[in-house]
Amino acid sequence: MDTHLLSIITFLPAFAAVILAVFLRGDDEAAQSNAKWLALITTTATFVISLFVLFEFDPADTGFQFVTEAEWLLGLKYRMGVDGISILFVMLTTFMMPLVIAASWNVDKRVKEYMIAFLLLETLMLGVFMALDLILFYLFFEAGLIPMFLIIGIWGGANRIYASFKFFLYTFLGSVLMLVAMVAMFSDAGTTCIGACDINLLNHQFGSETFSVMGVQIVGGMQTLMFLAFFASFAVKMPMWPVHTWLPDAHVQAPTAGSVVLAAILLKMGGYGFLRFSLPMFPVGSDVMAPLVLWMSAIAIVYTSLVALVQQDMKKLIAYSSVAHMGFVTMGIFAANQQGVDGAIFQMISHGFISAALFLCVGVIYDRMHTREIDAYGGLVNRMPVYAMIFMLFTMANVGLPGTSGFVGEFLTLIAVFQVNTWVAAVATTGVILSAAYALWLYRRVVMGELIKESLKAIKDTSARERWIFAPLVVMTLLLGVYPALVLDMIGPSVAALVENYASAVEAADAAVQTAAALN
Amino acid sequence: MIAADLNVILPEILLSAFALAGLLVAVYTTKDKMGGLLVWATAGVFVLLAAWIGMTGTGTRVAFNGMFIEDSFARFAKVTILLSAAAVLVMSENYMKTRGLLRFEYPMLVALAAVGMMMMVSAGDLMALYMGLELQSLALYVVASLRRDSVRSTEAGLKYFVLGALSSGVLLYGASLVYGYAGTTLFSGIITTAQAGETSVGMLFGIVFLIAGLAFKVSAVPFHMWTPDVYEGSPTPVTAFFATAPKVAAMALFARVLHDAFGQAVGDWQQVIALLSVLSMFLGAIAAIGQTNIKRLMAFSSIAHMGYALMGLAAGTAFGVQAMLVYMAIYVTMNVGTFAFILMMQKDGAPVADIGSLNMYAKNNPGRALSMLVLLFSLAGVPPMLGFFGKLYVLRAAYEAGLAWLAIAGVVASVIGAYYYLRIVFYMYFGDEKSEQLDSSKGGVLPIFLAVSAAIMVLGIINMFGVEAAAQAAAGSLVN
Repeated sequence: MDTHLLSIITFLPAFAAVILAVFLRGDDEAAQSNAKWLALITTTATFVISLFVLFEFDPADTGFQFVTEAEWLLGLKYRMGVDGISILFVMLTTFMMPLVIAASWNVDKRVKEYMIAFLLLETLMLGVFMALDLILFYLFFEAGLIPMFLIIGIWGGANRIYASFKFFLYTFLGSVLMLVAMVAMFSDAGTTCIGACDINLLNHQFGSETFSVMGVQIVGGMQTLMFLAFFASFAVKMPMWPVHTWLPDAHVQAPTAGSVVLAAILLKMGGYGFLRFSLPMFPVGSDVMAPLVLWMSAIAIVYTSLVALVQQDMKKLIAYSSVAHMGFVTMGIFAANQQGVDGAIFQMISHGFISAALFLCVGVIYDRMHTREIDAYGGLVNRMPVYAMIFMLFTMANVGLPGTSGFVGEFLTLIAVFQVNTWVAAVATTGVILSAAYALWLYRRVVMGELIKESLKAIKDTSARERWIFAPLVVMTLLLGVYPALVLDMIGPSVAALVENYASAVEAADAAVQTAAALN
Repeated sequence: MIAADLNVILPEILLSAFALAGLLVAVYTTKDKMGGLLVWATAGVFVLLAAWIGMTGTGTRVAFNGMFIEDSFARFAKVTILLSAAAVLVMSENYMKTRGLLRFEYPMLVALAAVGMMMMVSAGDLMALYMGLELQSLALYVVASLRRDSVRSTEAGLKYFVLGALSSGVLLYGASLVYGYAGTTLFSGIITTAQAGETSVGMLFGIVFLIAGLAFKVSAVPFHMWTPDVYEGSPTPVTAFFATAPKVAAMALFARVLHDAFGQAVGDWQQVIALLSVLSMFLGAIAAIGQTNIKRLMAFSSIAHMGYALMGLAAGTAFGVQAMLVYMAIYVTMNVGTFAFILMMQKDGAPVADIGSLNMYAKNNPGRALSMLVLLFSLAGVPPMLGFFGKLYVLRAAYEAGLAWLAIAGVVASVIGAYYYLRIVFYMYFGDEKSEQLDSSKGGVLPIFLAVSAAIMVLGIINMFGVEAAAQAAAGSLVN
């Protein structure tokens, strides 16, 4: 069945962006309001259309659905589709974007360009999760840097120039190595099709015979090299320790909506990439590198949690906590069993809601006081009870309190990694305690206590608009916390197929190595 | 026989006749007052010739006993050369006129240079190669110093002339060595002598000297020193011309010599080209970082881009040639747009080349800034712009030819290079709002070129407007 539903979802925001760019003139109040409303209506419409995909989607089918394709240049194909792994990321994106636009209602600097940048960004992010062609994926993956670069650089904070350049060059360097690996895959497999065609990269066996380059033994051969090239890109994007340093800078300098998009969606591209490329296409390479990745994740969880403890800037603290939570994701993915991958996807979705909400919480008080210093606040509960309530909920979710969605993901990934490597699990679990420490301490310093600071005496509680933005996030966090099957049923069969293929490929490679050893 | 030969080179004959007639008419009538008219007439002739060559040419025709070859490859290069030269001429008219530079010789010299370039890409013999090259170069030396009363411009012309003469000498020396060891100057004769593994040392020296001479013309490192000074010193429209058509011609000639004459000895020159390529990419990327003059910056940018085009050539395959041609076509389109933007950079009527003057350009000229933004990201090779596909092409060619290290070096250099393109974006969009602004004058045809070039960079990713298939045919006719 060839429907154009996915193409419509993907390019609707871009279409609106073109309309804004071409037809909207002037920079007065009315034009700004028109730009905001058009962006809000478009993103909401995109969400509504994507709901059709969600309801029509058949979780039992592990293949790609809603596939649409067309000829493209260089012998490539324009091909889009979703499966159990990608569908929820698409939904997360379409769900978050109206909230992001609504959260930007107070922007008054170059509103038209701002909305254009976010609408284009939505198109590019959706494309990443739907692309079924290697180069098409790269195109969307990289192109997303351009609007984000501009968002940080134009609407960011005081040190925005440094942050935007660092963001761009860091992620660009990671990605170009992936591009070389993609070219290598193209010439090795003779196709760039990711799925939904006869000869595709998912069923192509990349060479895994050990060989040596300049005296260095490369266990896992081509697969390991390609894994490393993709790893360079996705690890930066995730971001994993020790290449996470761009993230705190970018988060701190980006405008609130930019931080939300970055935390909720852009970071997920790395995790999605591991699931779409690294595990299924280079199983042997992944198997070789998995112990390293697991330890890197464990270090990330503990180290960045400790760093988060000493932060003075709220956004920076949440940014480091994001890195820690992404550590659980990589840990789950490279445990490579059902619980691990389920947990990783769940954690990414849930982190999408929770971190977005936390950045919005910071945005709420930043809009009022224009500072993110923790020391500038204290006792907010006295003037802002509703805000304190909301912030409380998301702080708890961030800690991983049972009953919130944060718990499920962490718990699943910890169970998974416990089966694979007990020591990593033990180290990572201390991260849960540390996350309680920094999150609760942040909450105490900002919200609790007496309201003694003069400047805070006149602060107002959340407005109706802000509450409406938080409402869907609160609902989703609690709903997924008490009924995780909503997500797990959706992804289960696809993840099961992925894990099974991975295990059999690794087994086959081990058997081949043993046969070769026996022959010698 | 001679009639058939002349028929093959009819476009070149017509263009030469046009240039000479234009000179005569101008000298005997109104001289410089005809400049504007001649510019438009020359551009028109270029476009007509391009259409004629592009639409009617089929197959391969050889004239003068193999000295002149007219095949798909030559046609692809000629169409690219003529169209870009026409675009640059039209763009330069207003700029030259307001500054009193619009002499009638200018369009005629460009036309003669174009004849030389057309000869170059069709050369089937070392002598024909040299003739074309010199005709082109002599015309270019003169246009570089078009602004006679400016020290910078005459310096640029003189520098270009001295170094160009040196490189011509090196090239001739290489040609004489090749002739000595092959016994013929015809490419079709040389290729039977220069077989892989059996190339004599003298022949190898000949190849290396030839490559050195040609590398000078494409400004590949380490033969690039003239480029920044000449780009900076020449009047901006002339710089725009240098950055486009002659680069295509020289690169096509490079491919022609390497494949038609030494196509059986790929292993002998592959490493040399690969080295030129990697040096150019890195020097172009690193040296541009410190530049504040946008013309010098574009000089280093073009050095880097020549590195990528050479990466396609280094592959030594038909796909590599196709990649190089696609890359050059995209490169020329980007540069036409970028120079249209640079020509519009002026303050109180005087041209400005400092990047810092672009501060907050986006505020007063959002449309132009957006177009330039697209072009800059395209130059940096960031998807989804067309520039990325050019890079993808050459990377694939290099990888498939077993030059994975070159591909990796190329992408690393592209990240370094991205920095200075981003810096221009930074000035245009992120800067301080209080500084003085450049003129936002109408600019005549320039905004159209800028916008069209940017639009091609975005819309071209759908199907590249058929350039892909044409380049494939062209590469097929050169490499069998």
